[in-house]
Amino acid sequence: MSPAQEQIDQLYSKLKTEAEEGGYHLNPDATFTKNLISGLLTNQTRFGYQSCPCRLATGSIDDDLDIVCPCDYRDPDIAEFGTCYCALYVNEEISSGKKQASSIPERRPTKEQRQKQGTPNTQVEKRSTLLPYPIWRCKVCGYLCSRETPPEKCPICKVGKERFEKYTI
Amino acid sequence: MSVTHVAGENKGTIFIYALSTCGWCKKTKEFLKELGLEYSYVDVDLLPESEEDKTVEEMKTWNPTSSFPTIVINNKKAVIGFQPDKIKELLGI
Repeated sequence: MSPAQEQIDQLYSKLKTEAEEGGYHLNPDATFTKNLISGLLTNQTRFGYQSCPCRLATGSIDDDLDIVCPCDYRDPDIAEFGTCYCALYVNEEISSGKKQASSIPERRPTKEQRQKQGTPNTQVEKRSTLLPYPIWRCKVCGYLCSRETPPEKCPICKVGKERFEKYTI
Repeated sequence: MSVTHVAGENKGTIFIYALSTCGWCKKTKEFLKELGLEYSYVDVDLLPESEEDKTVEEMKTWNPTSSFPTIVINNKKAVIGFQPDKIKELLGI
């Protein structure tokens, strides 16, 4: 069942406001963008989380966390290509209509590569003895903060605390 | 595998590995439809799990990163992502 138009419009407004507040931009092609948002809502119903509409999710959050929107690859893709993989988020140039968004290569490592690397969450935690508090890094946007636990929500890109990793110096 | 055929002019065999939720997959389907070409596609996310894995393995022979859309032209070459000019070039149109 496709998500209702009202639901799509609501999420579109929410994401657009949040994006602009954090210095990000949604794709200005509203039809294309709302189609992606419909995909996010479909995945929310299927899996319980809004995984990237342009990637095949497994349905297991441990395997899919890096592709829950906004994905871990959005910011490096916007920096290199001006758009994220599915083109929901774009840079200023595309947002203002000076350039068109286009299909870009997949940055996410393959399943085999990811298994070999191990997810950053499984890395051994090392606490620097020089700092009174650990440093947490948002894996989506790179926001850093120094406190006992990561914030509930990233103040910049709004992802949840499960997207933070302990940053060791 | 549940393949959908779209009727049109035959300018070569066109097969798309797609996701029903993907924007660039939709653009690819629309582009071929606008050209009035015959093509087939499978929405991998709508397949039953056993078929999904098998289809992804098959897709990897064309595109090892198994990203969407992957468009196989004449069972010979694959176009990865929405690249209308490349599709036209491979079809010779």
